Amino acid sequence: MSSADLRDLYQQVIMDHNKKPRNFRDMPDSNHLAHGNNPLCGDALVVYLKLDGDTIEDVSFQGSGCAISVASASLMTEALKGKTMADAEALYELVHKQMTGEDVDTAALGKLDVLSGVKEFPARVKCATLSWHTVHAAMESEQDSSVTTE
Amino acid sequence: MSALDIQAIRKDFPILDQQVNGYDLAYLDNAASSQKPLQVIEAISDYYRQDNANVHRGVHRLSQRATDAYEASREKVRKFLNAKSDKEIVFVRGATEAINLIAQSFVRPQLNAGDEILVSHLEHHANIVPWQMLCEQTGATLKVIPMTLEGELDLSGFDDLLTPKTKILAVGHVSNALGTVNPIKDMIAKAHAKDIPVLIDGAQAVPHLAVDVQDLDCDFYVFSGHKMFAPTGIGAFYGKQDLLEEMPPWQGGGDMILSVSFEHTQYNELPYKFEAGTPHIAGSIGMGAAIDYMNSIGIDKLAKYEHDLLVAATQKLEALDGIRIIGTAKEKASVLSFMIEGVHPHDVGTIFDQQGVAIRTGHHCAQPVMQFFGIPATARASFAFYNTMEEVDALVGAITKVQELFA
Repeated sequence: MSSADLRDLYQQVIMDHNKKPRNFRDMPDSNHLAHGNNPLCGDALVVYLKLDGDTIEDVSFQGSGCAISVASASLMTEALKGKTMADAEALYELVHKQMTGEDVDTAALGKLDVLSGVKEFPARVKCATLSWHTVHAAMESEQDSSVTTE
Repeated sequence: MSALDIQAIRKDFPILDQQVNGYDLAYLDNAASSQKPLQVIEAISDYYRQDNANVHRGVHRLSQRATDAYEASREKVRKFLNAKSDKEIVFVRGATEAINLIAQSFVRPQLNAGDEILVSHLEHHANIVPWQMLCEQTGATLKVIPMTLEGELDLSGFDDLLTPKTKILAVGHVSNALGTVNPIKDMIAKAHAKDIPVLIDGAQAVPHLAVDVQDLDCDFYVFSGHKMFAPTGIGAFYGKQDLLEEMPPWQGGGDMILSVSFEHTQYNELPYKFEAGTPHIAGSIGMGAAIDYMNSIGIDKLAKYEHDLLVAATQKLEALDGIRIIGTAKEKASVLSFMIEGVHPHDVGTIFDQQGVAIRTGHHCAQPVMQFFGIPATARASFAFYNTMEEVDALVGAITKVQELFA
């Protein structure tokens, strides 16, 4: 039983994104960025955004954290590239709802649904949502900003 | 000397007999908080069932019984630390409160801008932050004894750190993050040679080794109950009587006074001067019961058994591939901090939990230690005398499981 739960949490896709995070790079020409910290477990990341008007032209991140936080950040960058700010905000809301155990339209989540197992591990929800809180802060802020999750 | 009857001991700790996620619980998070024996639970329950009343106040029978039990616990703490007098034992909420009290009541009045407070790189945040706050309040400077890659204190420059400006040396007896036992007796002697008073943070030491404050000759020794099989929210500190006499009260209120008028208040004698308000009576009684429990088996016997577990666990982890042990001091107690190559400690903690193995993952309230090793966190197993070799094997099994999952 518990092993099955673990496999739900640490799915192949998550392990792959943890080992080879996508868009894991600095972005010298970013026009928005935010720092995210989870002081309890020491996760720390930076999310970079290059916005062209209302569209996310490029998004990347750097930092260190557990497999869940790194994979979530990596999957997030893939999901957000090319999206409008409004679409990104809608996705942020959707991810948040899923992590807190609400029923959501999994089709709308697409590949992000691989993180659905996290909600069974309440202590780990903040790992999965750190990058989303950070990108949310980056979008809202003109300059460098930071968020801290507990 | 007979060996410990661990199965009998474990029956005294009912919480240990449970399954977590389908596995027998292996509770290896004792450095964060220990479990409580029935003898402690019942002492608290008996107090509330039979004796509950306020202390040092009423002439009625219950108040007398509560006062007697409360003061009997103080005497147990005195013996436990081998202090000279009951007047030298002050009940507090825990080590954190004790350090704040001593910082504000003992150190602050004699501190001037430019003075120095000396701590070590190994300290728990509780023995860092109160001093930083005091430095901000006074313009004093916080100095730090460095550490080595093994996780020991680097005392090569210790003499130079003890300066005419040093107003206190505050150092842990045992590191909560790495388990290092510091050579505090030598350090105290060196500080005293320069008339520098010494506070020892014993929170991580008292559950694991016998403490004799007269032999150590420390000026203050602080600890928490909950790490030594007593309830949360109670602790105590020892202070040399002549120092305590000179110190102003930290908090004002009931119980710490002899007489009050709007013109003048006369403070109570030691140790009540430092115990304003109704104290945690049940907690103190529970702590007394915890001391009785350890004494009934023998602290040296418990310490030896527990140390054998630590040594065995260390050897088993050293034999595994891909494990880095953080903190390899020659003298250690209880704590085994480690990293599994390529796996973040937070993932380790979740996978362990799924196999019933409870450990701490994180910075252990010792972020400077983590910064020293350039890591965000460690996985930390910490042993108590009720742990078993089977639980050490469960730890090893859980590590193997992590490595399989992350292969």
